[in-house]
Amino acid sequence: MVLRTALLVLRKDLAIELKTLEIVTTTLFFAVACVLVFSFAFVREGQAPPDAAPAILWIAVAFSGTLALGRTFERERYGETVRALLLAPSPRPALYLGKLLGMIVLLVLDEIVLVPLIAFLFAAPLFARPLLLVGLLATGTIGFAAVGTLFAAMLIRSRTRDVLLPILLYPITVPVIICGVRGTAALLAAPVDEPIATMWLGILFAMDVVFLMLALWTFEPLMTE
Amino acid sequence: MVRNPSTPPGSPPDVPRFDFDSVQLNNVSRHFGRRRALSRISTTFRSGDIVGLLGPNGAGKSTLLTILATLTTPTGGEVRYGGRLANQAGAALRQRIGLLAHELYLYPELSARQNLAFFAQMYGLDGDGVVTAALTRAGLADRADDDVQGFSRGMRQRLALERALLHHPRLALFDEPFTGLDDAAVRVVIERLRALAVDGAIVVVATHDLDLADGLVTRVALVRDGRLLADEPAATGLRSRYRGAIGAA
Repeated sequence: MVLRTALLVLRKDLAIELKTLEIVTTTLFFAVACVLVFSFAFVREGQAPPDAAPAILWIAVAFSGTLALGRTFERERYGETVRALLLAPSPRPALYLGKLLGMIVLLVLDEIVLVPLIAFLFAAPLFARPLLLVGLLATGTIGFAAVGTLFAAMLIRSRTRDVLLPILLYPITVPVIICGVRGTAALLAAPVDEPIATMWLGILFAMDVVFLMLALWTFEPLMTE
Repeated sequence: MVRNPSTPPGSPPDVPRFDFDSVQLNNVSRHFGRRRALSRISTTFRSGDIVGLLGPNGAGKSTLLTILATLTTPTGGEVRYGGRLANQAGAALRQRIGLLAHELYLYPELSARQNLAFFAQMYGLDGDGVVTAALTRAGLADRADDDVQGFSRGMRQRLALERALLHHPRLALFDEPFTGLDDAAVRVVIERLRALAVDGAIVVVATHDLDLADGLVTRVALVRDGRLLADEPAATGLRSRYRGAIGAA
């Protein structure tokens, strides 16, 4: 039941996005522009400062994710469809899960473009350990989206949601971003520091579990007026 | 004449069936910060009733509807659905509530068919038949695959009405259901509301249109400043009674 509802919400969000391409294009445009500006600022004679690439990768993911979070819930606010979702006879945490899955899909699409772009512009060997990189990106994305989806849903009725979302979101998600940056930096070290990357991956996984449990637990009371 | 209670055509597999013949409000109050939206409302709505919820702007009608729909929690008092509280019945209760609010709860980017199909699936109603029948009732069969953002207010209102009633709710709540409708559509909606009541639903209609309410509603609840001023069987001359209780209409 929970999974069925979550997939329904995800399918609906993807259907809207396929029709409009609004969030994908804006977040991708923003993320690519961000990476390009940083590359012009930092890369000299084909060499970037150490650890610049992972920092820029995660900053681009976090900022474009914030943009996507605001927009995806704006759709539910317009026409108050969020109330129709809350009125449906499905477990309310399933609604959260559906919106979270939608956010993860959008962020993964961003990352599919960002990773090769950063690897090329910063001459960063991001694909040296592809499985570890995918693990770090997946756990980091889930952690960021888990908190972001909860806060974006919570702020849906706030007039100052655009201001409040980053204020609430970044203090909580900075540890996720830092873990992602340090884990990815370990992958770019010469030689690759696999034990350190694996350690950061483990920490990210633990954070994901905590964030997801807290979000699923608090979603219904936070959404009740 | 009230028929046997209608059985919902489907429900999500894990949601137990829940039915009720009355909704009882006991001293229901709702405050938003220091503003009092509702104050100690007590009444009972019964199966077969078409209750006209009447009052000026800001009287608390919409707040009362969202409380009945379980979307807003009262700050005081309780609402019992056939003796059970909303938090006791949960999803099973929501399965039996339909709400047409002032905002229409539709996705403008999706087509009429996609909107209805999504909500039908959310209510565990699978199959194209339910959606096609609802589109026909809304008079939108020929525009089924057009995006809702291209519809007029009246067309969206008709679609939203069908969305709210897809799952055959026991408690049907309407906030200004006649907004944007032409005469023919108004007649269709009135007949729809009457049919719901005959089928055993509890129908609550918040409206400012006293002429339309007169002759439609079977009970009148007059609300002003969050207080229930009158709760009585409907009779002709609604406008004069409204003027007497509330003021000029």
